[in-house]
Amino acid sequence: MDQHLLSIILLTPLAGLAVLLFLPGKNKDLIRIWANLVGFGGFLISLPLVSRFQAGKPGYQFEESVDWIPALGAHYHIGMDGISLLLIMLTTLMGSIAILCSWNAIQERVKEYYAMFLLLQVGMIGVFLSLDFFLFYVFWELVLVPMYFIIGVWGGPRKLYAAIKFFLYTLAGSVLMLLGILTLYFQHHQQFGFYTFEIAELMKLNLPLGLQQWVFWAFFIGFAIKVPMFPFHTWLPDAHVEAPTAGSVILAAVLLKMGTYGFLRFSLPLLPKASMDQKIVQILAILSIIGIIYGALVSLMQADWKKLIAYSSVSHLGFCTLGIFSMNPNGIAGSVLQQINHGISTGMLFLVIGIIYERRHTRAISEYGGLAHVMPKFAIIFAIAMLSSAGLPLLNGFVGEFTILQGAFEANPIWAAFAVTGVILGAAYLLWLYQRTMLGQVTNGKNLTLHDMSAREVALFVPLIAWSIWIGVYPKPYFDVLRQPVSEIVQRVRPGYYSGPVQNASIPTVPSNGGAR
Amino acid sequence: MDMSQFFTTNDYFSIIPAVMLALFGCAILLFDFLIFPDPRQRKYLLIFVVLAEGFTGFSLFRQTSWLAAQNVPDLSGFGGSITVDGFSIFFNWLFLIAALIVAVVSYKYLENAGEHHGEYYALVLFAQSGMYFLAAGTDLITLYIGLELMALCFYILVGFLRSDKRSNEAALKYLILGAFSSGFLVYGFSILYGLCGSTKLADIAGAIAQRPAWDPMVFLALTTTSVGLLFKISAAPFHMWAPDAYEGAPTTITAYLSVASKAASIAFLLRIFLGPFASARETWEPLLTLIAVLTLTIGNLAALNQTNIKRLLAYSSVSHAGFMLLGLIAGNETGIKGIAVYIMVYTFMNLGALLVVVALRRANIIGEELDDMAGLVHKSPGYAFLMLIFLLSLAGIPPTAGFLGKFYIFESLIETRHYVLAAVASLYAAVAIYYYFKIVRSMFIREAPENEPALATTFPLRIALGVSLAATLVIGLYPQPFLEIAKSSLLVR
Repeated sequence: MDQHLLSIILLTPLAGLAVLLFLPGKNKDLIRIWANLVGFGGFLISLPLVSRFQAGKPGYQFEESVDWIPALGAHYHIGMDGISLLLIMLTTLMGSIAILCSWNAIQERVKEYYAMFLLLQVGMIGVFLSLDFFLFYVFWELVLVPMYFIIGVWGGPRKLYAAIKFFLYTLAGSVLMLLGILTLYFQHHQQFGFYTFEIAELMKLNLPLGLQQWVFWAFFIGFAIKVPMFPFHTWLPDAHVEAPTAGSVILAAVLLKMGTYGFLRFSLPLLPKASMDQKIVQILAILSIIGIIYGALVSLMQADWKKLIAYSSVSHLGFCTLGIFSMNPNGIAGSVLQQINHGISTGMLFLVIGIIYERRHTRAISEYGGLAHVMPKFAIIFAIAMLSSAGLPLLNGFVGEFTILQGAFEANPIWAAFAVTGVILGAAYLLWLYQRTMLGQVTNGKNLTLHDMSAREVALFVPLIAWSIWIGVYPKPYFDVLRQPVSEIVQRVRPGYYSGPVQNASIPTVPSNGGAR
Repeated sequence: MDMSQFFTTNDYFSIIPAVMLALFGCAILLFDFLIFPDPRQRKYLLIFVVLAEGFTGFSLFRQTSWLAAQNVPDLSGFGGSITVDGFSIFFNWLFLIAALIVAVVSYKYLENAGEHHGEYYALVLFAQSGMYFLAAGTDLITLYIGLELMALCFYILVGFLRSDKRSNEAALKYLILGAFSSGFLVYGFSILYGLCGSTKLADIAGAIAQRPAWDPMVFLALTTTSVGLLFKISAAPFHMWAPDAYEGAPTTITAYLSVASKAASIAFLLRIFLGPFASARETWEPLLTLIAVLTLTIGNLAALNQTNIKRLLAYSSVSHAGFMLLGLIAGNETGIKGIAVYIMVYTFMNLGALLVVVALRRANIIGEELDDMAGLVHKSPGYAFLMLIFLLSLAGIPPTAGFLGKFYIFESLIETRHYVLAAVASLYAAVAIYYYFKIVRSMFIREAPENEPALATTFPLRIALGVSLAATLVIGLYPQPFLEIAKSSLLVR
């Protein structure tokens, strides 16, 4: 079973989808139950990965490789390392939570809705598992279609605009990325005499810096739009605001990570010279810092609850990319962990919005106030979600941000100085949001009759809160899992790093409190 | 007198598929009057079409096995006027598939339009035999006659809805512009003949290779011939007829025109540009680059604002012509193979998309506007999802077949270091998603109008859609055998 575990994880949602198509469309509850079983089953099946994964083992684990299109040199080659392990676990968990949270929210065209979600799940898992560029691209594009429908059919008033904007932006980025992929593919044929899309084979390429830079920028467009990095972020607030709750959750928690994952898995190892090019690193770090501060400032100004969280994603993802382009173990490990943290925290925040939106059908912050009196359970959960996002020590966000800042400081103290302001602003807009919506007296009469969260709704948060505390209190296992893949990336980009004079390369097992703030 | 001096077995063998088509076409004209006097029985004429295609397919198969058995790359007939090779056989299979699918789905559509006549099927077959000569011809006269045979049939077929003004207008426009472009083409041919003293492509290729680069006479011949060829593949700025003809023609003929006629014209274009003009590449490469970029620009940008599905698909087919031209501009093996792959997948996905539009034509609904597609997913989810897959494929989204076509074109541009062209083309591939998804939006997101009659489906239509769908998905997911077929079509030079 071990040698096919990844295929099973990948195909579970697809098999569920196939069965779903034959269920009677009128029986909505049956469809819901089945979709939830598949979603939860997908999570359970991915659990053995955690116990069987051997941290510290070099290379990929659970690999599977079959020839797919010999004429093109494309393979069905999947496998995982520590980075993909964490992202896969995030995907399967958030996928099942997103499916569960749609139970009441979606009443129209239920069957199509869940079908799209399961298809999306296949695409996302595939992206994180592919070790063949052709296969990766197929999954990368496969994600677009269901997400278009989730936003476009079940979204808010401006759903048409938001859906097509999402599709056009990401597609424009990915076709340019395709050109970069094809350049590497062709260069490999030039140098080795055969065509292949295998990442491992493409890593053997020896390319001049100039060409690497071109390919890097082609990849950059594709990945930066997905992340999204400033100034390619403009699709994100629209998509988030219009998408249904589950769509926002999965978009924030998993879809955006495809971009950062792309940088880590492809840009850095395949184009090491370009990735270490001072000019490129400078530009990307500056864009990340602009993203951090700009996202936070724009969040401060939002009157729409959901848009505020959407812009906060821009800010948080700025940390992730800053960590990557610090190009040292702390920065990269922190970035991966922060990706998971952002998935958990922002996922929770979008769930929070979904719960209140189902009751009041408005997202204007000014409509709320003093909700803590009416919905105490809700207030506690929102507080935890908010604090984990703001980076309170002992919750997950802190660990990630701290490690990233440590890495950024090592690379360039000025970067860290600017990025820290993002942490402060982040605390500001989140606390202010909490204050305006939850604290004080109930100002709006409509809010007096709101009922508190149901058991199902609480159940959505339990695993996420538990995970968030686990990372916050004891992040060692995460760093253990990440050490090997991160050191491989660093080794690849900066060959002499570990033997050089800089000896602070060890990843902190538990970050010491204080210092960052 | 010994006839074998003039007419050998090889000659006969090299044109037998076209002969089959012409004979059965004549048979249809005859039997239409003799034994099927009742209009309702006319659909039985399809038996002749199926038989014709059966025999044609069998002949093509025999040609393939003959080439394999003799282990020769090609067979020439009529002193080199006709060349049967992997290239001609590959394209003829495409024509056969397109003609067969179009013929079998037509009767319901034509009955609904009140114009179901026997000669329709005859014209479809005659046009196909013209295409045969376009793919297999290696002589200017043969090619020209093939082209005119095909074009004349299409002029009539486009205007087949006699009582419909749009159809008449489309036919007239197509005829006038088509005749004009043929004029250019023949003018170019006459210069080629004057330069080289032969109408055989091989001789012309040899003679042109002797002449210096940028020879003014070669340039003149090149440009005038190109005008005729580019008109046929509907490349900008010679694309004006396409939206009108596609919109006015019966939808079945739109499908036939956009697929088979385009494939035949591409074959013709490749025969000319990779044959006689191969040595003048540095002259035509900049010209074609300009044309290709213009074609992509006009095709994609004009499609953005269309509200008629057939017009939209017409502009999209203009843009597909631009992509195929890019493969020729790259000109290496990947590029030429890319054109073959592209036209193969285009055949299936474009046929499929237009067949869905065929099904939209019901009793008193024309069913060609975007509004007519509104809420299709509620009434006929199957058709809506079929259309979605065809549109995704047209837009080149993996894992559908359309991606593979674009993949090869991009790859060939990268290999020949046309990076800017590749970037431009890829951005237009992204633009295309906007107008294809206008149709998707209409089908999936808008609400359906009340009390609309069900779609006009027939058993053959469902089969045809199934075949198109299977091809679109199978080529996308497991392209290996299809890539080998496309590779067999490479013109050996």
